[in-house]
Amino acid sequence: MWGILRQRAVVDGGLSLRRTRSALVSARSYAAGSKEMTVRDALNSAIDEEMSADPKVFVMGEEVGQYQGAYKITKGLLEKYGPERVYDTPITEAGFTGIGVGAAYAGLKPVVEFMTFNFSMQAIDHIINSAAKSNYMSAGQINVPIVFRGPNGAAAGVGAQHSQCYAAWYASVPGLKVLAPYSAEDARGLLKAAIRDPDPVVFLENELLYGESFPISEEALDSSFCLPIGKAKIEREGKDVTIVTFSKMVGFALKAAEKLAEEGISAEVINLRSIRPLDRATINASVRKTSRLVTVEEGFPQHGVCAEICASVVEESFSYLDAPVERIAGADVPMPYAANLERLALPQVEDIVRAAKRACYRSK
Amino acid sequence: MKFIPELSSRRVPCYRVLDENGRIIPDSDFIPVSEKLAVRMYEHMATLQVMDHIFYEAQRQGRISFYITTVGEEAVNIASAAALAPDDVVLPQYREPGVLLWRGFTLQEFANQCFGNKADHGKGRQMPVHYGSNRHSYFTVSSPIATQLPQAAGVGYSLKMEKKNACAVTFIGDGGTSEGDFHAGLNFAAVMEAPVVFICRNNGWAISTHISEQFRSDGIVVKGQAYGIRSIRVDGNDALAIYSAVRSAREMAVKEQRPVLIEAMTYRVGHHSTSDDSTKYRAADEIQYWKMSRNPVNRFRKWVEDNGWWSEEDESKLRSDARKQLLQAIQAAEKWEKPPLTELFSDVYDVKTKNLEEQELGLKELVEKQPQDYPPGFHI
Repeated sequence: MWGILRQRAVVDGGLSLRRTRSALVSARSYAAGSKEMTVRDALNSAIDEEMSADPKVFVMGEEVGQYQGAYKITKGLLEKYGPERVYDTPITEAGFTGIGVGAAYAGLKPVVEFMTFNFSMQAIDHIINSAAKSNYMSAGQINVPIVFRGPNGAAAGVGAQHSQCYAAWYASVPGLKVLAPYSAEDARGLLKAAIRDPDPVVFLENELLYGESFPISEEALDSSFCLPIGKAKIEREGKDVTIVTFSKMVGFALKAAEKLAEEGISAEVINLRSIRPLDRATINASVRKTSRLVTVEEGFPQHGVCAEICASVVEESFSYLDAPVERIAGADVPMPYAANLERLALPQVEDIVRAAKRACYRSK
Repeated sequence: MKFIPELSSRRVPCYRVLDENGRIIPDSDFIPVSEKLAVRMYEHMATLQVMDHIFYEAQRQGRISFYITTVGEEAVNIASAAALAPDDVVLPQYREPGVLLWRGFTLQEFANQCFGNKADHGKGRQMPVHYGSNRHSYFTVSSPIATQLPQAAGVGYSLKMEKKNACAVTFIGDGGTSEGDFHAGLNFAAVMEAPVVFICRNNGWAISTHISEQFRSDGIVVKGQAYGIRSIRVDGNDALAIYSAVRSAREMAVKEQRPVLIEAMTYRVGHHSTSDDSTKYRAADEIQYWKMSRNPVNRFRKWVEDNGWWSEEDESKLRSDARKQLLQAIQAAEKWEKPPLTELFSDVYDVKTKNLEEQELGLKELVEKQPQDYPPGFHI
């Protein structure tokens, strides 16, 4: 069922020790055509590889085992690793989050799934007071190598209690690391980094991105692949305006950049990847190059991620700005259900284009 | 059609070994305690009393900001600790410093934590009485109530997966059992078949809320069966009963890989904390009664003395030695410096992130540039 004997061979759980596995490619072969992978498969393969490499890693959540995962992210893991390591929990977010934290205190590496981060509010005391602050409060005696993952933010037609974005809430807490992947490569590299990280990590996925396919490099398919936490990625280089965003909005920003290019505006698109720590250096370097900032998020506007980015840029790159900073966020209302209202409550590509043009003084 | 009544006609009986006069109740079954162990237990109970008294006074004098006493619950604290193995992982609430004392945390270490000085293992990060020590397998005290219960289930699960000969032991008060985490923790431990011993100190009061306002059940013990957990009600002021019950529970938890629930009936003689004045919500003679006639330390002392293992001289020597040590510990702890600036930014993460390094550097430069704005002796 489960090779507990293998655990003696894997010692530090750090980035170095990756020799024994990799059913996938480890040699640098050059494929004729580029491979594609869905975000779902990227997440699944990342968890699979980390579980294979380190017997202390285990998965916990509602429906993760027998049901193969509410969104099939944990498909096949129960068959492969058994019920001790893929644990179907009773319905209590507060309960299984507390248990996950306790298991992490004792040296295991739980990957806890919330069916959606909206339900994490029932467990938020454990995430903040039991996980995030423990290393500090115990003066380094209690570390919590736990990952909390699940879909975050708006989906489609799921209403107010299933659509909130928690990036700003979690990213405001010292002691947590908060990641938000966009592409399949992001999903693989960031989830592997999160599982290996000794600190508690909140991993914000997006339901609508699960089925989306992205090209993926051979390097990203290797089981030792890992992305650094705290480093943003420049998805598209540009020189006229910087668009900073994360998760699904990266796709929208890239579409907006295409539209802007048709009108002679060259937009640089930054994919944050990491909300905490925030890569202020990359953001500011870009704004110092373009002199204009547009930030985008799906979450509520007040005290959002964009507010922090704007503050950082205004504080550090004030004299480089040629236009007021632009913030695009979701509407300041609980998410309505009706399709037309939902569309109006979320940023669209046109909103990003308009904001970029305003920053370039091309429109009112 | 038959409804299960809301209350059973008989309350769940309470396991007890010593009567109020410290005599073994005839025909009681219990695990025998050697002279060495009994004396050690008594010494720790008495030391705990002295420690509580002196730290409480120190708070009243303004030397520490806050303190929580364990008065009236010395038997639960010490006897349970004595019944456990050193590798058993303890997740306390906050009224169990006796467990840490038993395991070897020194009086100086307690004082250091209360004063938050540079020798504090907790690096001055937490309020007084929030002790924690990896070396003693005692998790750092965390203020939110009952969060340690599902955590204990998680620790138990971890011990189970690693096939360790140890269990998780966690404490909760009567009030804490109202929290949602109580339900989650017990339910889960049962489903996961985790080796966890849940010890509920039913001391009658949750700050000013009496147990009659906390639940309508026959205490906590009856809740165990609702989760499929083996349970027992014990006289929490009877050190021998606690010792036997915890020892047995621990064996069951480890050998049978299951959770066990112990409800220890006791009484909170002291105030909830130094921020509380319990005479405002309960009768002074009620407190006196439990303090004098139902005192767990006196009860155990009688038994130890009756066996010829303890004398009046031993008593005065122990108490005056403990008092002296504590006063010295407090004096030293008070004099020592507070933790340095570098400890403001460490341990937020395993490795400091860039923004924290920048903030630390910025603060260092500021302190060097404007020393007049910072207290004298304030060091980096």
